[in-house]
Amino acid sequence: MTTPAILPERGLADRLTALFWRHPRLLLAVLLTPPLLWLGVVYLGSLAALLLQSFYSIDEFSGMVKEEFTLKTYAELFRAQNLDIILRTLLMSAAVTLGCALIAFPIAYYAARFARGKWKAVFYLGVMLPLWSSYLVKVYAWKLILAKEGIITWAAEGVGLSMILNAILAIPGIGGNSLSTSPLGTFIVFVYVWLPYMILPMQASLERVPTSMLEASADLGASRAQTFRTVILPLAMPGVIAGSIFTFSLTMGDYIIPQIVGTSARFIGLAVYQLQGTAGNIPLAAAFAVVPIVIMLVYLTIAKRKGAFDAL
Amino acid sequence: MHSDRASLGLRIAAIGGLLFLHLPILLIFLYAFTTEDKSYQFPPPGLTTQWFGVAWNRPDIWPPLYLSLWVATIATFLAMILGTLVSAAMARTSFFGREQISLLIILPIALPGVITGMSLRSAFSIMDIPFSTWTIILGHATFCIVIVYNNAVARFRRLSGGILEASADLGANAFQTFRYVLLPNLGTALLAGGMLAFALSFDEVIVTTFTAGQQSTLPIWMLQELVRPRQRPVTNVVAIVVFTATFVPILIAYYLTRGGSETAGAGK
Repeated sequence: MTTPAILPERGLADRLTALFWRHPRLLLAVLLTPPLLWLGVVYLGSLAALLLQSFYSIDEFSGMVKEEFTLKTYAELFRAQNLDIILRTLLMSAAVTLGCALIAFPIAYYAARFARGKWKAVFYLGVMLPLWSSYLVKVYAWKLILAKEGIITWAAEGVGLSMILNAILAIPGIGGNSLSTSPLGTFIVFVYVWLPYMILPMQASLERVPTSMLEASADLGASRAQTFRTVILPLAMPGVIAGSIFTFSLTMGDYIIPQIVGTSARFIGLAVYQLQGTAGNIPLAAAFAVVPIVIMLVYLTIAKRKGAFDAL
Repeated sequence: MHSDRASLGLRIAAIGGLLFLHLPILLIFLYAFTTEDKSYQFPPPGLTTQWFGVAWNRPDIWPPLYLSLWVATIATFLAMILGTLVSAAMARTSFFGREQISLLIILPIALPGVITGMSLRSAFSIMDIPFSTWTIILGHATFCIVIVYNNAVARFRRLSGGILEASADLGANAFQTFRYVLLPNLGTALLAGGMLAFALSFDEVIVTTFTAGQQSTLPIWMLQELVRPRQRPVTNVVAIVVFTATFVPILIAYYLTRGGSETAGAGK
């Protein structure tokens, strides 16, 4: 007697296995249902609630939310003071993105092209640790650094550059009483906190530039500067755009940093936070929160056309 | 000719950039020992270790710490289950709507935190859900799923499908294959994902302020101290605790997945 090639079923587990084998879609459904239910209900449900709230309005006399469809709340966004907030946020986001790109490029370029062995690991960890380490601790560190009695003032006095520091602080628009109460300070902290988000995609796209292209460029007589401008930079562009998605979106939504370092001038994130909290105007807060979503959707569409998603 | 050595300017800019990323954190440590508690005077007028004792005895620090640990633990646990399930589904098969699902998973961290927070706040307000520990966990688990997913899906891709078939050929059923073949192979990637998710949740403040109501997690406690400072060096001691609680898991995650194509933490 030979043993049969098909083993007998040994209970429920085997029966289920056979069922999954015959119907792979069933297994897929079993795997996907819990996470999709969670993300669909909790996340998409909340986004829908946000949209819904933004079409409600607040009753001016009672301060209660009126639950009927209106565009009044969105119209409020176009008041001068609210347009100011949106414009200021966009300007800061653009400046931070530019600042991050300038500082990130040498780091990403060196890590991708020249770092080998031990240095490769140093650069990887050196970017990854600040990326993941506590956001609040990083912001707090800068409050210490930028304070009027802090290390920068001390260092500037030490090397006799107080004049320059004071001259910078005297510039209207970016200066202030001290670095920690000036828009310049806010800018510095934003750049610091989001810098790793720019470095990583930049490095990924630079690593994909083939060495043979650089050699070909050199063979054809290009100088280093020409190679950089006409070969490396265009090929690294998707990475820069991918990084800029993060820095732009994160700056636009942040409300902690302008609260701790900077003037009391409001940004979109801070406006949302204050409107839903102390002011109790949830519809207007929701409408404000829709603004970054719309801007990011436009931004992402442009980025997609430029091929930025291949660098993620 | 293109050379294999970086120019001096590039090297200075690169190393300088790395230092710029790391030096500020050191100041947190220094200021925890200063004798000056009314301002951020530099250099510190004197050094003392008394603030560690003061922080230990401050009763208002412990409840937020426990709450943060509890929230991070539960959120990580939920995210690990949901993230593993979805990565198992996404790893091999292609099906209708796959792209949309991957977008849906990434969205909670791709959109600014204030949007996730405000969305949850709107939903709680519309459905009259009172704030509780579970409203915090709901938000945290949502944006932690993608962290576990990123780590697990990369490992799934590297796994050869052959070992699953071999296991089936040798008579194992789906559950035995999962227990004895899949889980040991996924183990370190899941652990790394869990570590990163824990670090992210423990430190999260933007979404949390919208979902916590009157409760205080440790980051919210810190935020209040930053806005209205009392004993400043005590805040530094707590900052060191928060820093360590996020730093150590990240380092472990790195060592768990080092050398593979899917080193942890490349995307947050």
